[in-house]
Amino acid sequence: MSILQTIGLSKTYGEGDVSVRALEEVSLSIETGEFVSVMGPSGSGKSTLLNILGCLDRPSAGRYLLDSVDVSQMDRAELARIRNERIGFVFQSYNLLPRTSALKNVVAPLLYSRNHGRTKDEKLAIARQAMESVGLGDRLEHQPQQLSGGQQQRVAIARAFVTDPAFILADEPTGNLDSQTGQEILSLLAGLHRQGRTILVITHSEEIAALTDRTIRLRDGRVERIVRNWSNSDTQAVDEVRNGSR
Amino acid sequence: MDLAEFLRTAWESIVNNKLRSLLTMLGIIIGVASVIVMIGVSAGTEAAIEERITGLGSNLLFVQSGFVRFGPGERSVDFTAAVGQAGGGLVYDDAFAIAERVEGVVAVAVEQSSVQTVEVGSVSLDSIAIVGSTADYPSVRDMTIEFGRYFTQQEVDRKQKVAVLGQSLAEELFGATDPIGQTVNVGGTKLRVIGVFEQRGLVSGVDFDSQLYTPISVVFQKFTPSRFARIIGDRVRMIYVEVESPENVESAIQQIGLLLAKRHEVSLEEADFTITTQQDIIQTQEATTSAFRNLLAWVAGVSLIVGGIGIMNIMLVSVTERTREIGIRQAVGAAPTDIRWQFLTEAVVLSLAGGAIGVLAGVAGTWLFGAVSNLRTVILGSSVLLAFGSAAAVGIFFGFYPANRAAQLDPIQALRHE
Repeated sequence: MSILQTIGLSKTYGEGDVSVRALEEVSLSIETGEFVSVMGPSGSGKSTLLNILGCLDRPSAGRYLLDSVDVSQMDRAELARIRNERIGFVFQSYNLLPRTSALKNVVAPLLYSRNHGRTKDEKLAIARQAMESVGLGDRLEHQPQQLSGGQQQRVAIARAFVTDPAFILADEPTGNLDSQTGQEILSLLAGLHRQGRTILVITHSEEIAALTDRTIRLRDGRVERIVRNWSNSDTQAVDEVRNGSR
Repeated sequence: MDLAEFLRTAWESIVNNKLRSLLTMLGIIIGVASVIVMIGVSAGTEAAIEERITGLGSNLLFVQSGFVRFGPGERSVDFTAAVGQAGGGLVYDDAFAIAERVEGVVAVAVEQSSVQTVEVGSVSLDSIAIVGSTADYPSVRDMTIEFGRYFTQQEVDRKQKVAVLGQSLAEELFGATDPIGQTVNVGGTKLRVIGVFEQRGLVSGVDFDSQLYTPISVVFQKFTPSRFARIIGDRVRMIYVEVESPENVESAIQQIGLLLAKRHEVSLEEADFTITTQQDIIQTQEATTSAFRNLLAWVAGVSLIVGGIGIMNIMLVSVTERTREIGIRQAVGAAPTDIRWQFLTEAVVLSLAGGAIGVLAGVAGTWLFGAVSNLRTVILGSSVLLAFGSAAAVGIFFGFYPANRAAQLDPIQALRHE
């Protein structure tokens, strides 16, 4: 069952003669539990796609179904709620809240939750658990600037899955890290994938793409092709290439 | 996020930027403190003035020569000269007429004064106010004799050369020696001291303690002789009329007005005298002090607004500085309302903290002001509430715009902000 589906998604910046089409008729779908990478040269529409899939921006045309709910025309407050509950972000530059302890960073999405079922102590317990599962149970009270890049990215990953989102959206998660630390982060993401989480990673690196089940290649705002990385998806059903460049 | 969480976030942000927070609050602190001090000083002054004026004696009417208006600092203007020696003004006999003919009058005292040099032995004092009066004077003016006695109406009628001294005058002239029975030389006339008043202090600009009191007949004869006295009577500056109760005041004013107009052969419109009441004086004073207080309140209010603009300024800087933080919060699910509340709470917490410090500073300042100056100060609970309330209002008002700006930020651009 697809957790995420786009139908004819387009994004145009500006109007009239100066308008730029950043995305054109992108249709794709991602299944629950899939580990998918998005690749493409700069200007290919990667960032635009990331922003729309992350509910940070709205498409100019087309539909975006998240868990069968059309989120493409929601207002800012509704999108904030979707981001809060359904999407976990991992950024290249970690993007932790400054001067805020690691634990408080991880608990932040839970505090912004509009779902008032849990007490604050319960939320903190969940956040602590998430910190432990990324191997930072002993760094709860550390501030971001007291942590190494790899540790900061682990905190960010803990923050991304603490709300049990529909999918995790990782934008160049190893871009700021040395190769060894990058490997650690990737195996952490792979581990989350093995636990059944849906992960969408945007990357320049063929190595990372090779680790994922499928790679969506973008060019000039269109899906160029979708490649199944057979070695990684022996359990998955054969997936046909959808909507390649026409 | 609930309010407690917003407050915690706001508090952390304030503590994380201590110096900036303090500088931001400074405007509010100064504004609130100045509101409290200014209101404290003017309310204290007002209370002191009212107390002193009430101390002049209750149910008292002042009948003055000429068209003198009562007002602070201009009470001893003598219009007699302007009106002309021959025509107009109060005369001594008017007082007796009032005492006899007006209903509800308890006591009448007359005053005519002169300024003379007073000598005792080698001590010589220039420009001493010589107050000529009648026997009822201490009672209508609420003054008490400390040593000796005041003169009687008989002594007034017989032009006895006696004197009663104000306290500080007695001290200057006689020092430690008992003045009773001694002789003072007033402008060449020898007067025997028969009493000393209790200390009275400064009332409406008149120092009662530095004056010399003597029978009015002596003043007429020795200090303000008039060629017309035989024809129209001895001119007096002021007649004090004490009435039975406040209810009698209005009718007494009317009766005195009619009586004097008839005696002076003028109409009420062109009366050569003025009747004022205690209440008039208090009202004049109050009008002046409340105008003063309003002015101070405006000045303080302006400083609060300046403080508010300071808060807005710093909050705008803070929003710009923390654009990325706002972006991160938006990414993890903060709605525009959450962001707005966060910054609004921060502005209000800053204002309230500034307001609280300002209240402490204001109360301390008012107390200190009262201690080092001789002005009386009162700390009004209402002024504390007013100042604190305005600080909160200023925080909300000036915090709203920056908070709204923060809430309107585009998450993509905010996240990209360096």
